[in-house]
Amino acid sequence: MTNPEGRFGIHGGQYIPETLMNAVIDLEKAYNRYKDDPEFQAELTELLNEYAGRPSRLYYAKRMTEDLGGAKVYLKREDLNHTGAHKINNVLGQALLAKRMGKTRLIAETGAGQHGVATATAAALLGMECLVYMGVEDMERQALNVYRMRLLGAEVRGVESGTGTLKDAVSECMREWVSRIDDTHYCLGSVMGPHPFPTIVRDFQAVIGREIKAQMMEKEHRLPDMLIACVGGGSNAIGTFYDFIKDEGVELVGCEAAGRGIDTFETAATINTGRLGIFHGMKSYFCQDEYGQIAPVYSISAGLDYPGVGPEHAWLHDIGRARYVAVTDEEAVQAFEYLSRTEGIIPAIESSHALAYAIKVAPTLAKDKIIVVTVSGRGDKDVAAIARYRGEDIHD
Amino acid sequence: MTEISDAFSHGKALIVFVTCGDPDLETTEDVIRSLAANGVDLIELGIPFSDPTAEGPVIQRANTRALAGGVTTDKIFDMVGRVRKDVSVPMVFMTYANVVFSYGAERFAARCEELGVQGAILPDVPYEEKGDFAPVFEEHGLVLVSMVAPTSSDRISMISSDAKGFIYVVSSLGVTGVRKQITTDVGAITDVIHRSTDVPCAIGFGISSPEQAKAMSVYADGVIVGSAVIRILEEHGRRSAAPVGAFVRSLKDAISNR
Repeated sequence: MTNPEGRFGIHGGQYIPETLMNAVIDLEKAYNRYKDDPEFQAELTELLNEYAGRPSRLYYAKRMTEDLGGAKVYLKREDLNHTGAHKINNVLGQALLAKRMGKTRLIAETGAGQHGVATATAAALLGMECLVYMGVEDMERQALNVYRMRLLGAEVRGVESGTGTLKDAVSECMREWVSRIDDTHYCLGSVMGPHPFPTIVRDFQAVIGREIKAQMMEKEHRLPDMLIACVGGGSNAIGTFYDFIKDEGVELVGCEAAGRGIDTFETAATINTGRLGIFHGMKSYFCQDEYGQIAPVYSISAGLDYPGVGPEHAWLHDIGRARYVAVTDEEAVQAFEYLSRTEGIIPAIESSHALAYAIKVAPTLAKDKIIVVTVSGRGDKDVAAIARYRGEDIHD
Repeated sequence: MTEISDAFSHGKALIVFVTCGDPDLETTEDVIRSLAANGVDLIELGIPFSDPTAEGPVIQRANTRALAGGVTTDKIFDMVGRVRKDVSVPMVFMTYANVVFSYGAERFAARCEELGVQGAILPDVPYEEKGDFAPVFEEHGLVLVSMVAPTSSDRISMISSDAKGFIYVVSSLGVTGVRKQITTDVGAITDVIHRSTDVPCAIGFGISSPEQAKAMSVYADGVIVGSAVIRILEEHGRRSAAPVGAFVRSLKDAISNR
C-alpha cells in the first residue's frame, strides 16, 4: 500500500526536522532488514505468544447478539493481552527492533497511558531505559496508569505545553528525540508520524486482523461482513482492517471520538470535521482553524483525544474503502456500561466508541450477518473517570 | 530590489529572529525598525504556530503569547506591508509547514512577493518533502531556505548543492534555545557546505552572546540569534525595541570586529 516515499495516496511522508532525517532513514533500513528475518520474527512471535498471551480470543458475544436482535457480534479480545490493550503488539516489535539497532533507551508518548504502560513493560523486560511523556491533563485522568509506569521503572514526565494532552506529548517526544538520537528510539504508539512509523506500527498490529481471519474461518467458515474499531491515531483499527483491505465484501468501519458532538468545538473526530494538513511528520487530516493552527480537540477518552489521524486511514477514507463514523462521549459511556452489564466485560472507553456503533448498527442487519468489534483494551483504567462522568466521585 | 544575498555582501551577516505578534504586532513593528537601525542584515519573522515542535521553551512561550493576542497570518502580512515602507533589510518568514500549506503555498508565496519578503524557513520540511513548496515559491521569487544539522553527515552535499538564498546550519542537536556551549564540530559541517556550493551559510540554535556569535562567525558567513532576543521581549514586553536594539548592536559589533 505504501509507495516508495512512504505515501498512502497523497498522505504520509516525512515532514520532520533535518536533524531527524538520518534517524528515520536508519530506522527504515533496519526495519526492512529485520521484518523478513526468521530469527527476528521467531523471537517476536515467542514474546507475543508466551509473554503477551496471543493469540487473543475471538469471542462470540451471545447475550449481546440476542439482546440487539440483528447481526451476530464477535469481540476481538485485545483487552486480554498482557498490559490490557493492543499496544503491546507494536511495542514488543519496536523494542526488539530498537535493541537490534543498538539502542538502549525508549521514549514514548501516551494519552490514556496504555502505550506508555506497554513501552515501560517492554523496557523492563528487555532491560532498556524508558521515558514516557504524558500530558498533565491526561496524568490527572489516568492516574492509575502513571503509577503503573513508574512501578515498571519508567520515568513519566508531565507535559504542560499546549492543551496538556496526547498531541503535546507527541510534540515533546519529537523535541526529546531531536536532542538525543544516538542511544534513543522513539517508540511511537500509533500508525502516525513520519514514514516509516505508520508502516512499522501497522505491520506489528496486523496480527489482530490475521488472527480474526483465521479464527473466523474456524468458527464460521467464512469472512465477517463488517469490522468495527475505534480510531484515534488508528493503530488497533488498521491492525484490524489491514488483512481484509483486499476482501472487498468486508465492510470496514472506524469510530472516531465525537466528544460532545461533531457540530461542537469539543470534538476529536478528525476525518469527520478536519481537513488536509501537515503536522507531526505526516500529511493527513487534522482538526485545525482557517490559518492551520491545530485545534484543541476534546474527547472523554484520553486515547482518542488527538487532532490527527494516521495517513493510511486518511487514504482508506479517500478511496472509500473504509468508512469513519463519529461517536459521542455519551454514546461511548452507554456502550461502556452496556458491555459491562451484558457480557461481563469492562471495555476501555476508547474501545467503547467502537462498541457504541456496533450497538447501533447490529439491530439494522439481518441475523445471518457477522460483525467483529475489536475491544482494543480493558476498562479498569477508566472506571474512576466514568464514575465522575456519572456524577459519582470515587478515588482511583 | 532587496535580495537575500545583500545580507551577506558586507562582512559576516547578523540574522535575528522575532516572533510576530509577541506580545502584539505594534511591538513587532517597533522591534523590526530597531533591528534594522542596529545593524541586523536579515530579519527572520516568525509566524506563530500552535505546536512549534522545533522550538525550546522560550520560543514556545512567544508563540503562545502571540496566538493568545489574536495574531493571524493575514495580520502579519499587513504588518509587514506597513514596515516595508521604510525598512529595506531582507526578510524571511519562519514558520511551520501547516501554516503555509493551510494558507495555500501559491497564495502565501504571492503575498510574500507583493510584500518584498525574500524567503521562508520551514523546519518541518526536509529536503525530501520540499516539492510541496519550493517549486511554487520559486515562481514568486521566494526562496525555501535549506537546513543542515549536526546529524546530516552524508546528506550535507546533497542539500547544499540544491540550496538557494542561504543555508541554515543547525549548530546543535535539540530544539531552539540558549546553550552554554556549542559542542558540535560546526567547522567540519561548513567546510563541506563551502565545498559544495557558493550559497552562503549561517549558524543558528543556541547562540546567545556576543562571544558565541563571534566564535561561530569564524566558521560561517553569518550567525542567527533567536531565543536570546525573545527573552528580552519576554522581559520588556511592549518596551522591547530599545533593549533589543542595544543587544543586537553588541552582536553586530562582535562579529564585525576583525
